[in-house]
Amino acid sequence: MSEIKIVNLQKSFGDFTAVKNSNLTINDKEFFVLLGPSGCGKTTTLRMIAGLELPTSGEIYLGDEEVGMLRASERDIAFVFQLFALYPHMNVRNNLSFPLKMQGYKKSDIKSRVEEAAKLLRIDHILNSNISSLSGGDRQRVALGRALVRRPKAFLMDEPLGTLDAEFRELMCLELKKLHLDIGATTVYVTHDQLEAMSLADRIAVMDGGEILQADEPNIIYNKPKTKFVASFIGSPGMNFFEFDEGISKDQSFVNIEGTKFNIPKQLEESKGSKNFFGIRPENLTLSNNEGLKGSVFGVEYLGSRKIITIKTSLGEIKVKTDISVNAKLNENVQVKPLNNNIIIFDGETDKSLNSEFIK
Amino acid sequence: MDTSRSYLEPSSFSKKMAAAIIIVYAVITLIPISWMVMTSFKNVDSAISYPPEVLFEPSLEGYVNLFTNRSRQSQEYLDSLPAPENWYEELVRSREMVITGPSKFLGRYSNSMIIGFGSTFASVFLGALAAYAFSRFRVPLKDDLLFFILSTRMFPPIAVAVPIFIMYRKLGLGDTHLGMIILYTVVNLSLAVWLLKGFMDEIPKEYEEAAMIDGYSRLQAFFKVVLPQAMTGIAATAIFCMIFSWNEYAFAVLLTQFNAQTAPPFIPTIIGEGGLDWPAIGAGTTLFLLPVMIFTIILRKHLLRGITFGAVRK
Repeated sequence: MSEIKIVNLQKSFGDFTAVKNSNLTINDKEFFVLLGPSGCGKTTTLRMIAGLELPTSGEIYLGDEEVGMLRASERDIAFVFQLFALYPHMNVRNNLSFPLKMQGYKKSDIKSRVEEAAKLLRIDHILNSNISSLSGGDRQRVALGRALVRRPKAFLMDEPLGTLDAEFRELMCLELKKLHLDIGATTVYVTHDQLEAMSLADRIAVMDGGEILQADEPNIIYNKPKTKFVASFIGSPGMNFFEFDEGISKDQSFVNIEGTKFNIPKQLEESKGSKNFFGIRPENLTLSNNEGLKGSVFGVEYLGSRKIITIKTSLGEIKVKTDISVNAKLNENVQVKPLNNNIIIFDGETDKSLNSEFIK
Repeated sequence: MDTSRSYLEPSSFSKKMAAAIIIVYAVITLIPISWMVMTSFKNVDSAISYPPEVLFEPSLEGYVNLFTNRSRQSQEYLDSLPAPENWYEELVRSREMVITGPSKFLGRYSNSMIIGFGSTFASVFLGALAAYAFSRFRVPLKDDLLFFILSTRMFPPIAVAVPIFIMYRKLGLGDTHLGMIILYTVVNLSLAVWLLKGFMDEIPKEYEEAAMIDGYSRLQAFFKVVLPQAMTGIAATAIFCMIFSWNEYAFAVLLTQFNAQTAPPFIPTIIGEGGLDWPAIGAGTTLFLLPVMIFTIILRKHLLRGITFGAVRK
């Protein structure tokens, strides 16, 4: 097991730059998630760590060794593919032994290691089955097993739960987490699903357009997003933004938006320009009868214990996540106000969040 | 109205019609073949009798004649010989002939085997490597190269017979097994590359990537992971290549005379006394038909498995 370090990593395909000048340190035994929309470069980054793509420039360290230009077979890492890539012409046992055979282990060693891994993943009863007869969850376990038997330096997983149905995904999510606690291997996990990322990760790196925007623990990513993209991508629904024409100066503690005064946390940083964004999460907003922004109810979604109310205002659509008891009829005129002071101001020029008493 | 079946499913009437058409077609196709097999079991007289005999007394004369050379002898000479040692000598003597030795058929037949299987193996092996490269790597001028490979099939191969004849004479490849294997491989290779590329494209590249991460080189991954999954394509390609090189006649006539002559140019030269020996020709063609038939039946399992395999894979 070891630390993975990426230094100034860059990857271009012709004119298209998939990964831009990325730097990242993944600690030993950490469960690290690369999160972003499709085409953000997260899979390319993972494939470069695996050795399935060669970087255009930059370095990749696995432990103390620079591996950027090594073949995949020389890196001692394991990879779990989205479509599992289990060899269909071999049974489960042969799939699990396949990586060990190459490394020249004795037959008896292979057998005992395969059985040990199978026991850990609770697939010991299907060792002699054919791949085609397995359910999605079992295939997933076999794919993990094939990664596990080698005891590699790191596990790389490319959306391994993406093809499972919702029920299985939740179950496998739990199992993955448990497995990680059991064996404590450095794991890099790629997904576009923020819920998966939140529930699995020790730390998350949010990527967009080939850049790593923020790498932090899940609660920091959620509560203290560094850029507007991170704030809107994380959370369901994402953060609400209102654009306003006012520069932010140091120690400022309120802004005027469309003639309404809003309190904001005391700002510790001034904005570059005079066009900025007021950001607030849907659960930090509430409906009110007499104060706040005026609008009309545009849609109501029930989520069981909570409901999401979409309100059309002069500033655009606002999503409010409220208690189920709140009544809102379609087209009803309502007012929206912040519930608390958990507000982030984003610089209109850089899209970065400005430091305040709330986010430092 | 019958609503017990799906609209997508053909009605029982159309199924019956389809079955009838297939049976009629099969019968029409099989008549000449069964006539040929029947001829091979007739004797020389019943083979050419008119009206043709559908029911006849079976005889192995055709097969005996196919495998032996014989010469006609006078009755006195035949009487002076010791009694025939086995059934086929007896059969030949009853025609007032003696066996003078084995015919060339077995040699020609094994030439066909060596050249047919040899060129099929070479075409499929080289075709699989080329198809894999075209399918996976960024080959410069890929489309142009593929079109070039295809274009080698756009003229009838016999159009280049004269240049090949001269080249082969200069290179000393005329009338050799190697020469014929190379020639049939070259002709089959374009088909093999194109067919196999389609099958390789279907195999997700994650399989080899997984194998490479598991510690295998790309070539090892190709043999251990890609080829087993391309079995369907390989079986289909092998059958096509085998049929071509097994049946090929024009080049075989032109380029082979003794050493490497294959069965197709040999069979029509089987001449009996006072005309063609039809039972022997029938026996030759019947035996000639068998290998391709057996080869196809063996590989058919892979073909069928492949059809269902491909249908359910995502």
